[in-house]
Amino acid sequence: MFNIVQKRRWYFLFSGALIALSLAAMLVSYVRFGQPLRIGIDFTGGSIFVLQFEEAVSEEQIRDVFADRGLDSAIVQALGSPEEHRWQVRTREVTADEVGEILTALEEQVGAIDRDALTFDTVEPAIGSEVARAAGLAILVASLIIVAFMWFSFRNVPNAFRYGVCTIAGMSHNLVIAFGFYALMGVVAGWEVDSLFLTAVLTVIGFSVQDVIVVFDRIRENIPKHRDEPFEMVVNRSILETIHRSLATQLNAMFVMVAIILFGGMTIRPFISVLLVGMVSETYSAIFIAVPLLVVWEKASRRRAAAQAAA
Amino acid sequence: MREAKTWRLVAIIVVALVSLFVALNIDHPSWVESVLFWQPEGQRDIALRLGLDLQGGLKVLLAADPVEGQEFDRNSMETARRIVESRVNSLGLTEPVVQAQGERRIIVELPGVENPEQAVETIKGTALLEFVDAAGNPLLPGTVVTTSLGGPEAVAGEEITGTASVTGTTALTQTESQAPDQVYETILTGADLANVGLDRTPQNEYVIPFELKPEAAETFGQYTAAHVGQFLCIVLDKSVISCPRIQEPIPGGQGSISGAFTLEEARQLAVQLRYGALPIPLRVESFNRVGATLGEQSVNRSVRAGVIGLSVVLLFMLVYYRLPGALADAALIVYVLINFALYKLVPITLTLPGIAGFILSAGMAVDANILIFERMKEELRSGRRLTRAIEMGFERAWPSIRDAQLSTLIITGILFLFGTNFGASIVKGFAITLALGTAVNLFTAVFATRTFVRHVAAVAEDWLSERKWILGV
Repeated sequence: MFNIVQKRRWYFLFSGALIALSLAAMLVSYVRFGQPLRIGIDFTGGSIFVLQFEEAVSEEQIRDVFADRGLDSAIVQALGSPEEHRWQVRTREVTADEVGEILTALEEQVGAIDRDALTFDTVEPAIGSEVARAAGLAILVASLIIVAFMWFSFRNVPNAFRYGVCTIAGMSHNLVIAFGFYALMGVVAGWEVDSLFLTAVLTVIGFSVQDVIVVFDRIRENIPKHRDEPFEMVVNRSILETIHRSLATQLNAMFVMVAIILFGGMTIRPFISVLLVGMVSETYSAIFIAVPLLVVWEKASRRRAAAQAAA
Repeated sequence: MREAKTWRLVAIIVVALVSLFVALNIDHPSWVESVLFWQPEGQRDIALRLGLDLQGGLKVLLAADPVEGQEFDRNSMETARRIVESRVNSLGLTEPVVQAQGERRIIVELPGVENPEQAVETIKGTALLEFVDAAGNPLLPGTVVTTSLGGPEAVAGEEITGTASVTGTTALTQTESQAPDQVYETILTGADLANVGLDRTPQNEYVIPFELKPEAAETFGQYTAAHVGQFLCIVLDKSVISCPRIQEPIPGGQGSISGAFTLEEARQLAVQLRYGALPIPLRVESFNRVGATLGEQSVNRSVRAGVIGLSVVLLFMLVYYRLPGALADAALIVYVLINFALYKLVPITLTLPGIAGFILSAGMAVDANILIFERMKEELRSGRRLTRAIEMGFERAWPSIRDAQLSTLIITGILFLFGTNFGASIVKGFAITLALGTAVNLFTAVFATRTFVRHVAAVAEDWLSERKWILGV
């Protein structure tokens, strides 16, 4: 029988490297932007305009219009290819009246705007910080409930607590990697944390138990069936018996997510990407981290029991 | 194996056909739509509702911003919401949404609005309360009129209260509605009111006593003396609230409005008379606009992504699991149909993340089938008879399916709560479609697939037992 659990050191090393890379990405982001992940206006307050001009315009012209209204620190960026004439402008939050003035001024001084393609978004800083607090709370509550759920499902298994802790370990692993990926994309492509990122994170937390629970279920079923085998072998057997399912399910989820990333709406690309990374990490960490950890723990406690018996 | 029950198969086919009928993009007969009793009367409709991010429009999140020491409660918030709603309706848009969000926020969605400054002005502006001469005919509540102080920007109506009469209890019949182009004379405005109360008569009827400022009292006295028996309409933002009949001259500037009010109606009318404007000042917390062409683009792209993604899933299941995979594919198609039908029937407003949630849920809907089929293969390999292996597969996979579904529902619950409190309807949209998909999945992936598999096994057990490759083993 192929032994997955035996090679656990390699997986731990691999995950350690991924986590180190994630932390490095967050560090780079922190050095460059003062934030481990770039925080969007949903949480900080501010305004974003996406302007579709009908002809070529210059960054300077756009910036001047905003500066005329006291919005000196406006960040003006071209989106897509230069022929598209699509520009994004981010500023501190503006009022509804200012929006009207800005648009009129842009049309007069810069060029005609396609109003049907015009998008803007304004959030007050006050609500931003409130949302940020609620978001933190939501993540905390979600993790606690999922772990409690895990513990409840396995309450009749010896050492149910360990199953819960190993699930948390896997979940944290997934979260760090998802955060690291987003930090990297923040540095490379300017992705910012918004409500959708939070949705993705909560979803990753929720799905963090999907594969773990199937392997754990199988371990629970196999323990009485294979009393003569050491725990490590039972665990290994359980992984091999469930790995087809884990991979097949993950593959299907990947098919649809990749389809959305490649062909779906632009605005949800970061959202689905982080979801994809989180879920791939989830399947990996279930098989190669959470479950082997259970074995490590079991062995350590055996050794301690043996030492005590000897003493 | 338990008997393959025909009625189950028939039930699934009926559900699938009904869903297909609802999901089809056709003009559904109106008698079918009138059956949807849970939808509000007059708006029953089998149509896909698209969120602002897909059809384009303006979304404004308003928050109560009470001045220091001002009382703030649910009632005044609800009154504020209704006033905002009647103002939004005066913009004459199709399907605007005005909803309370949490305890102190109101979310306003205005499809197709161009200018945010104009919309925000309408929402926040002070309401104009007028008493107008009905020119002999009572006007139905909700009628939008042009008065001597100006006309409405657009014509749309909102029913607010029932009938009423001044200083009397005569119920009046309202038959006539406004003649077009008629300009009604404004007698008084809200600025002339000194005091408005709420009282109950010995006959247990609610009345609204009011008191006018001295200058206005004289005008009103003369006017009422000259128009006894005629109608005086109370108009808020050019929309008629109620048209009481003048029973007698009202000289002292003190009168009362009575009618067959419920307490709620009387209180609301009193509040509208008293404040005219919003009972609580509202602040714009965030607004956001999506261009219509962008919305359209998002819809097209999502449809393409969904079709491609699901085709790959269908193909994978067929190739990897063969016959059971084909049956799971049939169940997945039923799954898509039911979900689509539910979006139209409930109805659920689809947003871009909502569609993503649906596509994702469809991709994961096959998980339950995968769990079952993998289990079935194991049982077959260990030499069990086909029918036994099928039952074992479903039975043994169940705890894992249940746990996976439960953990998804827990997370969607948290997402939903979060989305509800912060006007983050995008978060809510994702949570709703994902949760709905999970529930539908129990029906299709477990019940429907099991029925299909049992029927096929009942018909062709021996044949299949000799050709296990068809079962993916």
